[in-house]
Amino acid sequence: MTTSAAQPILEIKNLHAGYGQSEILHGLNMSVFDNEIVAIIGPNGAGKSTAMKSILGLLTISQGDVLLKGEAVTNTPANQVITKGIAYVPQTDNVFVNLSVQENLEMGAWTRATGIQEKLNQMYELFPDLKQKRKQAAGSLSGGQRQMVAMGKALMIDSDVLLLDEPTAGLSPKYRAQIFTIIRDIRDSGIPIMIVEQNAKQALGSADRGYVMVDGGNRHEGTGTELIENREVARMFLGGRE
Amino acid sequence: MWESFGFEFFNFYFIPGLVLGCIYALGAIGITLTFGILRFANFAHGEVMMTGTYLTWTFSMVFATMFGISLHPLLAAIPAIPATILLALFIDRYFYKPFRKSATIMVVIASFGMMLVVRSLVQVIWGPNQIVFVKGIAKPNEAVRDFTSSFDMMLLIPNKHFWIVAGTIIIMGLLVYLLGYTRIGKAMRAVSDSPDLANVTGIDVDYVMRATWIVGATCALAAGVFLSMDTQVLETTMGFRMLLPMFAAAILGGIGRPFGAVFGGLVIGLAEELSAYPWIGDTPLLSPGYKTGVAFAIMVFMLIVRPSGLFKGRTF
Repeated sequence: MTTSAAQPILEIKNLHAGYGQSEILHGLNMSVFDNEIVAIIGPNGAGKSTAMKSILGLLTISQGDVLLKGEAVTNTPANQVITKGIAYVPQTDNVFVNLSVQENLEMGAWTRATGIQEKLNQMYELFPDLKQKRKQAAGSLSGGQRQMVAMGKALMIDSDVLLLDEPTAGLSPKYRAQIFTIIRDIRDSGIPIMIVEQNAKQALGSADRGYVMVDGGNRHEGTGTELIENREVARMFLGGRE
Repeated sequence: MWESFGFEFFNFYFIPGLVLGCIYALGAIGITLTFGILRFANFAHGEVMMTGTYLTWTFSMVFATMFGISLHPLLAAIPAIPATILLALFIDRYFYKPFRKSATIMVVIASFGMMLVVRSLVQVIWGPNQIVFVKGIAKPNEAVRDFTSSFDMMLLIPNKHFWIVAGTIIIMGLLVYLLGYTRIGKAMRAVSDSPDLANVTGIDVDYVMRATWIVGATCALAAGVFLSMDTQVLETTMGFRMLLPMFAAAILGGIGRPFGAVFGGLVIGLAEELSAYPWIGDTPLLSPGYKTGVAFAIMVFMLIVRPSGLFKGRTF
C-alpha cells in the first residue's frame, strides 16, 4: 500500500537519541505515509515511547533526522514541532485535570489564530460523548473519555500526523475497541497516525503497517497482517507458540 | 448585647481581621500562583511587595513636590505597577530562570538570596528607618457611624478600610475573569496543572510564566500598598513579616489554588486578630504578641493534617 515514490509525511532516518549520555535509540528508521495507521510494538524498554519523544524534541537527538513532509524538525522544541503539524498524545497525564473538557480543547488550539470554533465543533462530532460533558472537569471523566479529550486536544491544531503513545493502556475492552474505531475514523478523515501499543494484536489488527522495535532499533517491518503471521513476532509478543 | 459584645468584637477585632485577611489574601495569590506554576516557594515575594510600596510612596512624593497635590496612595500605586512588574520579571529572568532545569532547592535558595539582596538594596536607597506613608489619624467614616448608631450598632470604620476591602473585591473579580475566561488565564491554570503536558500541547510555557509573574507582582503591590495604608507606615521589613502569613494562607487554601489562597488569607487574618479577643474572662485569649504564631500554628497543623490544603492543591 505504500510506494517508494511517495514522500512520507513523517520520516525518521537513522535516529540516535536518548536521555543525556545514555543512548536508547541506535539507528531507528521509520516512516508514516498518507492514509495509514502505523503501529509500533515491541517489548518494554525497546524505546517505543522514546522514539515518539525524540520526534517531539523532548530529548536530545545525537545523530539522524526527523523529517515532516521532507522538512527537518530534528531537535526542534516541542511547542514548535506542534505548530508545524505534529499532534501528540502522551501516554499518561494527557489531559489538564483541573480544566473543563472544553478548556482542554481550547488549550489544544493555543497555536491557532483562527477557526477555533469550527475545530471545536469537529471534535464534538468526532467525540459526541464529550459534547454534553464539555463543562465538566477533565479529571472527573472516566479513562476512556479522558483519552478522547486527550486526542481531541491534540487534534485541535491542523495536524499532518497524529502520534499516540499507548492510547488504550488501562482501558476496558469496550473503550479499547471504541478508541481503535476512532483512530480509523481519524485516518479516514485524512490524518495519518503513528501509534505505540502494548496490545500488539489489536494494534496490528487495526494498523495498515507496523514496526517491531527491539533494543532501540527496528527489527521487523510489514503490514499488520504480515507481522501477525510472522512466527518470531508471534512468539515474542503475541503469546503464540511455534 | 451590642454594648457588651458586638461593639468591641466587630470594631476592634473582626473588621481589622477582615482587612488584614484581604491583605494576606492578595499577597498569597502571588505565592500560590508562582508555587503552582513555577514549582518553587518564592521567598522574595514579600520583598517585591515591599519594593512596590516604596515605589508608590516615592511617586506620591515626587507628585507632591512637583504639583503640590498629595495623591491618594491608590493613585500613586498606578505608576508603581509597571515598575514592580519589571522588578519581578527581572529577578525571574536573571536569577530564577537559569535554575529552571536544576533541582528545585536551587531556585528556592536563589529566591532566599534575592530576598536579602532586594531588601538590602531598598535599605541602601531609602534608608533603614520607618517612613510615614499616610499622615494623621484615620477617623471612622461619619456616615457609617451615624447610620449604624441609629440601629444601636455603632460601627467605627475608617475610610482606608473601605478602600482596602473594596480594592480586594475588585481585584478578586478581575482574577476570576482572568483565570476563568481569558486564553492566558486558562493557560496559566493548564501550566499549573502540568507544565510538561502544556509544553507538548504547544503552549509557550515561558510566556505563561511571565504572565504569572505579572499577575503575582500586581497583586503583591496591591497587598503592600493596602498594608501601608492600614499601618500608615513603610518599613523595609514589612515584606518579610508578611511572608509567613502569606505562605500559611497559600498552604491553607492549597498550593496552586488562587481562590483557596484568598480564603486562606481571610481565615489567617481573622484568626490572628480574633485570637487576641478576650473570649474567656477579661484578658486577651492570646497575647497580641503571639499573632504571628497563630499563622504559623495553622500552617503547621495544615501541613500535618492535610498538606494539600482545603481546596486540594498540589503537594510536593
